Amino acid sequence: MGQLFAVEIIYRGVFQKTLAKGICRGIVLAAHEEGKPGISFGRYGDSPERNGIPAKSFAIVANDEQTLEAGMAQYEPKQVDVAVVLDDTLCKGAESWGWYGLETVNKSVKPGGTLIVISLQDTATLLHAIHAKQQPYKLAVLKGVASFSGMWVYKDDHTDVRVLGAIAKALPELVSLQSIEKFIKDKLKNDLKVTSAHVAYERFSTIEVAPGTGNTEEPFHFDLPGWQALRHGVSVDGVTDRGGAYPDPVTGQLGGFRPGRNDKFKKYTTRTMRPVVNFETCTKCTLCWLNCPDAAFDVTPEGTYDANLVACCGCGICEAVCPVSNCITMVNESAFQDNASQWEAFRKDKAGYAVWLKTVVVPVGERSHGFRYRGQYKEQIPAALEIAKG
Amino acid sequence: MATLTVPVEEKKKKKVEQEALITGAEAIAIACKLANVDVVTAYPIRPYDTVMQYISQLKADGEMDCEYIVAEGEHSQFEIVKHASVCGARVFCGSSGVGWMYAMEALTVTPALRVPMVAMVGNRALDDPGAFGVEHNDALAVRDLGWNLVWVDSAQEALDTALIAYRVAEDRRMFVPIALSCDGAFLTHSQSLVKIPTQEQVKEFLPPYNRGDLLLHPDNVISVAPQVNEDWVMEIRRQNFQVTERAVSVIREVYADFERIFGRKYGNPFFEEYMTEDADVVLLGMGTMSTPVRVTIRKLREQGLKVGFVRLRWFRPFAGEELAKTLRRFKAVGVIDRDFSFGSPHLSGVVATEVRSALYPGDGAKPPVLGFICGLGGREVTLPDVEKMAEITLEAGKGKSQPLTQWIGLRG
Repeated sequence: MGQLFAVEIIYRGVFQKTLAKGICRGIVLAAHEEGKPGISFGRYGDSPERNGIPAKSFAIVANDEQTLEAGMAQYEPKQVDVAVVLDDTLCKGAESWGWYGLETVNKSVKPGGTLIVISLQDTATLLHAIHAKQQPYKLAVLKGVASFSGMWVYKDDHTDVRVLGAIAKALPELVSLQSIEKFIKDKLKNDLKVTSAHVAYERFSTIEVAPGTGNTEEPFHFDLPGWQALRHGVSVDGVTDRGGAYPDPVTGQLGGFRPGRNDKFKKYTTRTMRPVVNFETCTKCTLCWLNCPDAAFDVTPEGTYDANLVACCGCGICEAVCPVSNCITMVNESAFQDNASQWEAFRKDKAGYAVWLKTVVVPVGERSHGFRYRGQYKEQIPAALEIAKG
Repeated sequence: MATLTVPVEEKKKKKVEQEALITGAEAIAIACKLANVDVVTAYPIRPYDTVMQYISQLKADGEMDCEYIVAEGEHSQFEIVKHASVCGARVFCGSSGVGWMYAMEALTVTPALRVPMVAMVGNRALDDPGAFGVEHNDALAVRDLGWNLVWVDSAQEALDTALIAYRVAEDRRMFVPIALSCDGAFLTHSQSLVKIPTQEQVKEFLPPYNRGDLLLHPDNVISVAPQVNEDWVMEIRRQNFQVTERAVSVIREVYADFERIFGRKYGNPFFEEYMTEDADVVLLGMGTMSTPVRVTIRKLREQGLKVGFVRLRWFRPFAGEELAKTLRRFKAVGVIDRDFSFGSPHLSGVVATEVRSALYPGDGAKPPVLGFICGLGGREVTLPDVEKMAEITLEAGKGKSQPLTQWIGLRG
């Protein structure tokens, strides 16, 4: 048996689909330069991709066809040499579909393998979110902002080649920097990108993550029922918990309304941003609660609206419809460590909450992902290239 | 997506086969381009729809000149190309799962009217339950109607077989529609390295479509598909049946010519044998399950277990005599059906039932044929699954009675 290499790219559905595919193709075509056959494919179950849903793309490369076939015999590799995370908010774990449970971001990284995360944060901060593993692995940060494109328009900010350069450094037996450079020159026909790959390669460094290091929270999972336990006629039970009033964290009195929710598909790992609510300025207009596509708002005992952070998938519609300036603000998910209720924190300490709001809410021009107007990438790409230059 | 446009200065390279990293669907799109298809109808459904996307890209880039029509449903989709073909256009179409079923009326009349359509079926589970993953029942649903059916297991084979399909379909002795099945996701969506033949090679292999005296044209005064009664149906069906009788020899001819021109050898067109020379037992199946099966067989061989694999390509025509002759060499056959057939004899899948039927006539050996149902709805046929099926088949080969149908990889 020859050598078999597997790389997985963990990314945000739709926004990073083209980027993930481009990276996998780059790996296969560059390795092919060295005479190694390979294939590239996406996790089919992620299709149709939904905006922001955690998704995976793979590249499998081997020294010979027979070993490659052995690698292909399992559709999705259970163990990878390198996993690349294209948006650091994915480090909290991925729940791709109902009944999947929470998959840790390093789940498939083999002992001694490498996890590369695109982030502005450092490894120590990331390890608050990344779940602990029982085997050692290496962690590296590729410094940068997550690159999000539109469905049909690709934001060419060199993230693809930077990742390829990093992979060449992490796993030279898979592919050399020279092969990456040749791929960029021949297939992408872009000399500037060669430089970006080179810089990423030079700057790449890993830390060793010892067993047991990281987030010790137990990821939720489900045992799938066998065929004899299923309800008949391809039918499923609805959410039988109708919900109801819930206790005020200060007085203990029941009030407000928290609906029952689907516990098999929580959806919060779809978030790259979360709505932060200023309860002082809320006018109780009900628009956020009405327009939320997932009924993620709880009605608080005070009659205000609290985005339930276990249910919220971060679409940002609430921010868009809220008529009060800066009452709801979408903030990058990496600023937060848990899904605790914002209203309960506010109720317990209004002054403290007001101080906290000032630290997390930084008013910015626009927040949504993807491509929304002509000229948008022309504005955004220079900043990304600055980071790429090091 | 591979860059398909070729700048002027690279045109001299076209004398040599190019290599590209492409999916099975994209390979078929490229075959359509090389075959100079005239009319393509499209209607989106996963996993077939990437081929319609790739063709539309080729047309938009000016690499392919064709009519590209997005129909309002699969029924219209298949009707439009049927009519275009009768008017002399080389056509391409495709669908998956329940989309293919939505076209059923059109699919039924197409072979009867001797329409040489090539359709790609991106094999997909039939709703309900709705799943996007692979099952073979969609394509198999037309098996009695006159469609030729072929399964491929790699993007290279998909490209080559699409070209072969046009040649077979448009042979005047045939004039039969052909459904080319590609396992959803595993083949339609995964990218591997494929050699793209040159236009010159394809020109030599594929003559223009000539509908002859069946062409619907004002200069050829005919009426196609008149209403009949009980005086006519049997004779018409018997005449169409001639195609089925000729199909095996025409297909053999075409593969031989393919090998001559393109240099790629497929050997026996109807099924591919893997490590069968000295095998005690064989597994048999269609499509991309061949990958885990071959890998497992290599492992079992290292343990001294003599298992082989027969990968069926053409399901219609079913080369029953040749297959029976081959299978009689073995002590047992384990058929892996990536399909189901409710209420069938012994509750086995479609392929197992057909294999048993092929083996029944004559005095030759009748090895036990075990039916396995595996890999439905996109579930992988895993290495442990294959090992289990091989072990059960080996037991049957030793004379130990085994159930005629077993579901493998199922949660109890």
